[in-house]
Amino acid sequence: MITQIDNPVIEIHDLSVSYEKKPVLWDVDMSLPEGKLIGIIGPNGAGKSTLLKSIMGLIPLSSGYINIEGKPLKEVRSKISYVPQRESVDWDFPTSVFEVVMMGRYGQLGLLKRPRKSDREIVMDSLHKVGMEAFKDRQISELSGGQQQRVFLARALAQQADIYFMDEPFAGVDAATEKAIVELLRSMSAQNKTVIVVHHDLQSVARYFDWIILLNMRLVASGPIEETFTPELLQETYGGKLTLLTEISDLIQKNRFPNRE
Amino acid sequence: MVGDAISHAVLPGIVIAFLWSGSRDSVTMLLGAGALGIISTFLIEFLTNKGNLQSDASIGVTFTWLFALGVILISAFTGQVDLDQECVLYGEIAYVPLDTIVLNSGVDIGPQAIYLLGAVLLMVIAFVWLGFNQLRITSFDPQYAISLGISATLWNYLLMAFVSFTTVASFESVGAILVVAFLIAPAATAYLLTKRLKTMIFIASITGILSAIGGHFLAISINGSIAGAMATVAGIIFGIAFVYVRSKTKGDAKITSRESIVA
Ligand SMILES: Nc1ncnc2c1ncn2[C@@H]1O[C@H](COP(=O)(O)OP(=O)(O)O)[C@@H](O)[C@H]1O
Ligand SMILES: [Mg+2]
Repeated sequence: MITQIDNPVIEIHDLSVSYEKKPVLWDVDMSLPEGKLIGIIGPNGAGKSTLLKSIMGLIPLSSGYINIEGKPLKEVRSKISYVPQRESVDWDFPTSVFEVVMMGRYGQLGLLKRPRKSDREIVMDSLHKVGMEAFKDRQISELSGGQQQRVFLARALAQQADIYFMDEPFAGVDAATEKAIVELLRSMSAQNKTVIVVHHDLQSVARYFDWIILLNMRLVASGPIEETFTPELLQETYGGKLTLLTEISDLIQKNRFPNRE
Repeated sequence: MVGDAISHAVLPGIVIAFLWSGSRDSVTMLLGAGALGIISTFLIEFLTNKGNLQSDASIGVTFTWLFALGVILISAFTGQVDLDQECVLYGEIAYVPLDTIVLNSGVDIGPQAIYLLGAVLLMVIAFVWLGFNQLRITSFDPQYAISLGISATLWNYLLMAFVSFTTVASFESVGAILVVAFLIAPAATAYLLTKRLKTMIFIASITGILSAIGGHFLAISINGSIAGAMATVAGIIFGIAFVYVRSKTKGDAKITSRESIVA
């Protein structure tokens, strides 16, 4: 069940990706609406991270193309921002919180230029939004998992992009951080930013997202949460792995899309 | 440790450049070794990306066989050409002051090595100064750098090219062993002592200078190998830093445990 829309902010056409000839994504074709909070859901190894990396131009495509705001990636780089999986970097690297968040400004800074006062203000503002101002001079090796995630988010915010791609921003963070991040994402989408998040906790899917993408190597579904978060489609996505299926359908019945203001 | 790998891997480049041109002038050697430095960077990347090896495994494989190749080349041709193993491995730092540049007017302007290495030093400082942000972001998070449009591959190759140049330029005066010792020991010492990148670079430079001066005097007083003495002093400074950091963290741990008892 794939809902296509007019004037999509992101359009993916016939995308296939493989690692050394082993196919990971098959014929993914979808269009995504602007200003929504969008979840990418699927089991481990489903290709969720691969999908984000393909959109960000980090891995070669076997076939297909991706347009963002109707243009190829190269022309819109400054409008999109990427939050990699937290484990993808070495947190013992000798650098401070402030310096990491400042990296979000490097795209605009260009070669040889030093950050200006306005860049510093943007960095401080981003740190403020994730509640990490007090930690600005900390070395990143001294942060907890939740704090590391906040720093990654602040770095993405410092890019002042329109579209955000986040790979598992809730993985291994404490409940307070998760809540703070969700609120931040909501306020971003209220400002018409498009936020696309890889997520794997089915319990919270219905509460967090406006739109979901169900993925397991091929695209199972993409559409508004009310139509897409159904036991049948989840079964199709998770196959036999979803032993909790009845629990999930209970869950869906019980809080059938609580009011998300 | 790619720098270490490169410093080993450039050895066959130096030997081949020498055998091919029959000259020991620095520029030829620089070109030969620079080429090998870049080839080994390609090889490491290739083994990691296409061969599916872990990056430290591909680094290990690359530099051991290239270094071995270099040693074999030297021993095979030592008899025929004026390039001896001792000289390449230990350098001839004691002769550096004798190899001076004499201008046409007959004025002696000092050792040739000072001008060559001085030029390399200025180039490296300029490179690190101008590319500091790019080097930092592509080392810390290459994927994110790419997403911003900063080429991680380009900066990686630039960095490796500079490591090769520095290594090779230093080779002739100080030999392979001292180059490797100075690539690693001061940086490792600095890594123990601070977590700030700029401070780390500063401490590493100071440690390198102190090791060189200390090693010089040590060699004079024991009448031993200069290169060996410098490497030894670099090792001793690392050892002192290590003991200092260990005893300090233990002290900190005691204080915190006492505090938690009080609390
Ligand atoms: N660099 C890589 N080389 C080879 N295979 C990979 C690589 N990255 C991911 N894969 C494989 O591709 C599949 C999808 O991975 P990924 O996109 O990370 O899944 P997800 O994020 O949904 O867990 C997995 O089977 C994984 O093993
Ligand atoms: Mg993943």
